[in-house]
Amino acid sequence: MSAGGGGRPAFGQKSAEIVVAALFLLLGAIVVYDSVRLGARWGSDGPQAGYFPFYIALFVCVASAVNLVVALVKKGEDRAFVEVGQLKLVLSVLVPSFIYVALIAAMGIYVASAIFVAFFMRWLGKYPWWKVAAVSIGNSVAFFLIFEMWFKVPLPKGWFERLLGLD
Amino acid sequence: MDEIQSLLHGFAIALSFKNLALMFVGIILGVIIGVLPGLGGANGVAILLPLTFSMAQSPGGTTSAIILLSCIYWGALFGGAITSILFNIPGEPWSVATTFDGYPLAQQGRAGSALTAAFTSSFVGALVAVIVITFLSPIVASFALEFGPPEFFAVYLLTFCAFVGMSKEPPFKTIASMMLGFALAAVGTDPVTGALRLTFGSTALLTGFDFLVAVIGLFGIGEILLTLEEGLAFKGASAKINLRVVLDTWKELPRYWLTSIRSSAVGCFMGIVPGGATPASFMSYGVARRFSKDGNKFGTGMVEGVVAPETAAHAAGTSALLPMLTLGVPGSPTAAVLLGGLLIWGLQPGPLLFVEQKDFVWGLIASMYLGNIAGLIVVLTCVPLFAAILRIPFSVIAPIIIVICAIGSYTVHNSMFDVWMMLVFGVAGYAFKKLAYPLAPLVLAIVLGDRAEASFRQAMLVSQGEMSVFFENKLVGGMTTLALILLTWPLIAWLIAKARAR
Repeated sequence: MSAGGGGRPAFGQKSAEIVVAALFLLLGAIVVYDSVRLGARWGSDGPQAGYFPFYIALFVCVASAVNLVVALVKKGEDRAFVEVGQLKLVLSVLVPSFIYVALIAAMGIYVASAIFVAFFMRWLGKYPWWKVAAVSIGNSVAFFLIFEMWFKVPLPKGWFERLLGLD
Repeated sequence: MDEIQSLLHGFAIALSFKNLALMFVGIILGVIIGVLPGLGGANGVAILLPLTFSMAQSPGGTTSAIILLSCIYWGALFGGAITSILFNIPGEPWSVATTFDGYPLAQQGRAGSALTAAFTSSFVGALVAVIVITFLSPIVASFALEFGPPEFFAVYLLTFCAFVGMSKEPPFKTIASMMLGFALAAVGTDPVTGALRLTFGSTALLTGFDFLVAVIGLFGIGEILLTLEEGLAFKGASAKINLRVVLDTWKELPRYWLTSIRSSAVGCFMGIVPGGATPASFMSYGVARRFSKDGNKFGTGMVEGVVAPETAAHAAGTSALLPMLTLGVPGSPTAAVLLGGLLIWGLQPGPLLFVEQKDFVWGLIASMYLGNIAGLIVVLTCVPLFAAILRIPFSVIAPIIIVICAIGSYTVHNSMFDVWMMLVFGVAGYAFKKLAYPLAPLVLAIVLGDRAEASFRQAMLVSQGEMSVFFENKLVGGMTTLALILLTWPLIAWLIAKARAR
C-alpha cells in the first residue's frame, strides 16, 4: 500500500514495544495490588484468595520489565511498526467496528449489522445501491432466520423488531 | 484388544444418520472457515460453540456436539491449504509452510496436483495421528488415573514451560503473555473461597473473562486487521481438479513415503507436547528439505515440499486432542476451545472420561476416522466452490465476518460487555502478533487457569505449603524437573552456543 505517501512509518517498532511492555507492567501491578488487598499469604485454612494471582502477577511484572528494558536498550535502525497507509486501512475497519458495537447496544444487532455491511459496501466497495441493499438486508434476514428461528438463540433486538412484532 | 472393541462400539455410535450428517456439515463449515480470512479453527469453533448448548442436553447429544465441532476443526485444517496454494495467502498459520512450494506449483499450472498432494498428505497425517490416539490414549488415561493434584499441576507446569522452551518467540514475551492469560482467568469469583477477585466493583467482571470471547477477538478481529495491512484484493490461480490429476498425483505420492513417515512423527510429537501445528509444519518442511535429494529445489514448486508441512500440520492438529482427552491439557488453541466446550457441556476432561464417558470418547475417536475420510472427499470434489468464496470482495466479506464475530461473542453469555471485550482483544491480538507475543499460551492459560490454580492449591493444602510436594516421588519429580529444564531451555541453549563459539 503505497498510495498517498502511505509508506511512511506511522510509529516505530521500538515505541510500540515500549508501550505494550509498559501496559503489561501496569496490568501486572494492578493484579498485584488487588491480590495483596485480598490476602496473598497462607491463611488458617490454606492459601488465601490472592495467593495464586499474586505470584502470577509477579511473573507478569518481572517478564514485562525485562521486555521493557530490552526494548529501551535496543540499538540500530528502528523498523516501522505500522505504516501510515496500513494504519489508515486498519482504522477504516476498526473505527466503524467500534461504532457498530455501540449501534448494537442502541438498536439491536440486526439493524446495526445491516447498516454496518451497507456502509462498508458503499464506502469501501463503491457498489450500486441496489446491491448494497440486497446484501446488507439479506445478511441480517439470514442471521435472523438462523439464530432466532433455527437455533432459538435470542440476539439483542431494538425498536425495529418491536415494530414488526418479532420481539 | 480392548481398543479395537471400544473403537468398533464407537463406530456404531458415530455411524448414525444424524452424526454422519453433522460430520459433513462440520467439514463444509470448517473448510469455509479455514478459507475465510479472520476465521480459523479456534475462533470458528468458539463462535459455533454456543449453538451446541441446547444440542448437548439431549441424550447422546454431547457426542453429536463434539463430532460437529471437531469436524469443523478438521475442515479448517483442510481449508488452510486451499488459500495457501491458490492465493499464496495462508488461511491458517499452520499452512504458511505450504505456500513455499504450493504457490509456485500453482503458478506453473499444477495447482491441481499441489492441492491433491496437500489434501492426501493431510489425510495421511491425520490418519496416523488418529491411530496413535486410538492406541495410546487409553494407556495414558489409565496411567493418569493414579494422578493426584501435585501430578496434575506438574502436567500443567510442563505444558506451559514447554511453550517457553519451544516457541520461536522471545521467552520473556511468552512468559508475559502466558501469565497475562492466568491473570485474566483469575478475574471473577475465587472458586475455592468465593471471594471476588480483580473485579473492582464491576458487575460485568463478576463472571470473569470468557476464553471464547478472547479467542474470537484475538484470532478473529486481530487477524482481519492484519490481513487488511496487506491490501484488499486477493489474486489467485484458478482451481481445477479432475480425476486424472488426482490419480496421477496419487501415483507420484508413494515416492515420498519416507517424508510422510518423518512428517507424521514430527507432527504427532509436536501435537502431543503443546508445540502445535504451526511449528510442526515448519519443522517438518525444514527436515524434509535437509533430507531430500532434491532439497535445493525446495521453494520452486516441489510436491514433496507440500507433502511435508501438510502431513505434519494435520498430524499435530489431530494429536493435540490426545492430551486434551486423557489429561485435560489441550495441545493447541483449537483443542483448548474444544476442551472449554466439554466443560460447558458438563463433562470433566481427563482420565475419568475414559471410564465414565466411554460412548463419548470412542464415538469421538471413531468420528475422527470417518470425519477425515469425509473431509478428503469434500475437499477433493468441491475445491472450485471453496476457492470462489475467496473471490468475494473484501468490502463485502470483512463486515460480515465482523458481524459473525460479534454474534459469536454475544451468545457466550448474552452480554454486550463481551462484544466490547472482543474488540479490545482484537486490538490486543493485532499488536501482540506484530510484536511477537505468542497467542497460544495466552489462550491456553485462560482456559486452564482455574484448573491449574485448583490443583496447585489442593497440592499445597495436602503438603501444608511445602513446595517439596512437587518432588515427592519419581513421577511428579521427573515431570517438574523436565518442566524446569524446558523453562530454562532458552538460557541453556544460549550458554551452549556461547561455549561452542569459544
